[in-house]
Amino acid sequence: MLLIEALKVEVGGKEILRDVNMEIPAGETHILFGPNGSGKTSLMMTIMGFSGYKVVHGRILFKGEDITCMPIHERAQLGIGVMFQRPPTINGLKTRNLVEICAAGRDVSTAALARQLAFTEFLDRDVNHNFSGGEIKRSELLQLTAQQPDLVLLDEPESGVDLESISMIGESINGLLHRGVTFARGKTHKEIAEQPQKSALVITHTGHILDYITADRGQVLYDGVLCCSRNAREILKWIREYGYEECIRCTT
Amino acid sequence: MYDLETPGDVDLKRFDADAEAHAYVEELGRLSSNDADQFMDVGVDVDETDRSGTFIVKDRSVIHCKTCAEGVEMMSISQAGKAHDWLSDYLWRNVDPETDRFTQQAKSKPHEGYFIRSLPGVKVEKPLQACLYIAREGFSQHVHNLVIAEEGSEIHIITGCATAPHLVSGLHVGVSEFYVKKGAKLTFTMIHDWGEKVAVRPRTVTRVEEGGVLVSNYISMKPVGSLQMYPTTYLDGPDAVARFNSVLVAGAGSCLDVGSRIVLNAPGSRAEIISRGITTGGTIIARGELIGKAAGIKAHLECKGLILNEGLMKAIPELSGSVPGVEMSHEAAVGKIDQREIEYLMARGLSEEAAISTIVRGFLNVDIDGLPENLKKKLDKAVSETEKDMM
Repeated sequence: MLLIEALKVEVGGKEILRDVNMEIPAGETHILFGPNGSGKTSLMMTIMGFSGYKVVHGRILFKGEDITCMPIHERAQLGIGVMFQRPPTINGLKTRNLVEICAAGRDVSTAALARQLAFTEFLDRDVNHNFSGGEIKRSELLQLTAQQPDLVLLDEPESGVDLESISMIGESINGLLHRGVTFARGKTHKEIAEQPQKSALVITHTGHILDYITADRGQVLYDGVLCCSRNAREILKWIREYGYEECIRCTT
Repeated sequence: MYDLETPGDVDLKRFDADAEAHAYVEELGRLSSNDADQFMDVGVDVDETDRSGTFIVKDRSVIHCKTCAEGVEMMSISQAGKAHDWLSDYLWRNVDPETDRFTQQAKSKPHEGYFIRSLPGVKVEKPLQACLYIAREGFSQHVHNLVIAEEGSEIHIITGCATAPHLVSGLHVGVSEFYVKKGAKLTFTMIHDWGEKVAVRPRTVTRVEEGGVLVSNYISMKPVGSLQMYPTTYLDGPDAVARFNSVLVAGAGSCLDVGSRIVLNAPGSRAEIISRGITTGGTIIARGELIGKAAGIKAHLECKGLILNEGLMKAIPELSGSVPGVEMSHEAAVGKIDQREIEYLMARGLSEEAAISTIVRGFLNVDIDGLPENLKKKLDKAVSETEKDMM
């Protein structure tokens, strides 16, 4: 689904990603670990094509197509979606309208989606205006559920979320990736598993989200280099035990 | 671009205060299609189904005046003078005719205007509509309007101002005196659609008594030569409230010098001024002044401007308090569209152009109290036209 080759990225003339190689096959959820400032969010922004992230080497392929220089909206239309950690407020634009924009003409029941996320009362509020951390997550998930991307990039889905909502958010992510149980509504597991497969790259700092979603693989980004790729829980155990010290040893 | 120092400069001698009289039109369906289209563009409901009454002035003639609602009076100001011997208690009481050359002109060469009065305790359900229209080239129109919302009454007035499509130059002077009595509510929505070289000088003063509410909405999105107005509202009674919303768009060649001034004279009175301006090549001077003269008042002023293409956007918010216990604030911002907002929407699948237009629509989307559905559509249409201008 996603293939990144020898990627080097500069932000404001400074090298942020030094050499990133990554593959996320169709239907797989990968977890991206890394300390603050290691370049996790930069990688995500580069995959989506945001301005300010300059690719100086390497390329990004999505569904076999080279998207390295493609404008943001074409990447979105091709099937990439992002859950932002700190999205901007858009004054005067109601969340309901943005969800409709995300649906892009697809038949989406905004009301039903909002009910699932306990977000109904926010539909008529301006996008992200005075939203709390948890409200931003629910708003982002609502938009992504309407957008139905094939590859979802999630930037710290658990940050700023209280314990009560984290399981709801986890389950919504599972639903988005067609791996959900809670919102299955009479469908058998076989039927759900047969739906077209969705891929995901999930950034996490703490690893808490792993208690709620299933991961196929984990990767560690340290100082602009992907230095580790193995079972996500195993990586998390190492990081919890030794911090990122081990990763330093790995990269050097 | 307009001269900033003297935006109010208009040579009165260039305009003619005389025009032929126009015949009265009994049924709005009989209007010439030309006129009807212009009226509809400024929110006039020609079918009159969702309105309690209609009043139309063309040049200096009242061509239509009809109201079907109970408990509301609507007539020309000259008729009102004959019907009510107390009218002089209200005329030229809020506005001093010596205020400036324009008010002097309105006093010395009057051309009608509307008189609207809601009787005590009457809540007029549907809005009344008034239209002030200039058809004659180079005409200087001087109207004098009077609105009285009697105690405990509620009324919504929609005023549309426009010019004939072919008209190049003209001057509109409108003196408006509004009285909101104890516990009454007046909602006043004004939509302007003037010609590209028309000069517009409204002069409005409102007095609000105890517990009264004034909501004023102003929309000007079409080209206008020069517009200058600074309506003043006095909140004279305890707990009186005033809210002003303006939506302004200035294309190349337009100069809008628009503000609202609210004087909070009584304890517990509250005021809010919200203005949104976009320049696509013209000049907008967005003023706002809150004057707190009593303890326990609360007032906020918010002025936001976007510069698309070129143009000048100048925000001048002023606050003045003269006693302890006033609470006033302002927020002004002038700038361009945030790239992060554009890219956020692009990440949801919108092209850059579509993202910008979505943000502009949102920016202009002030929650206007009581705006009828057909007016919302007009607003939408005007926004799309603005987008064409800036792309």
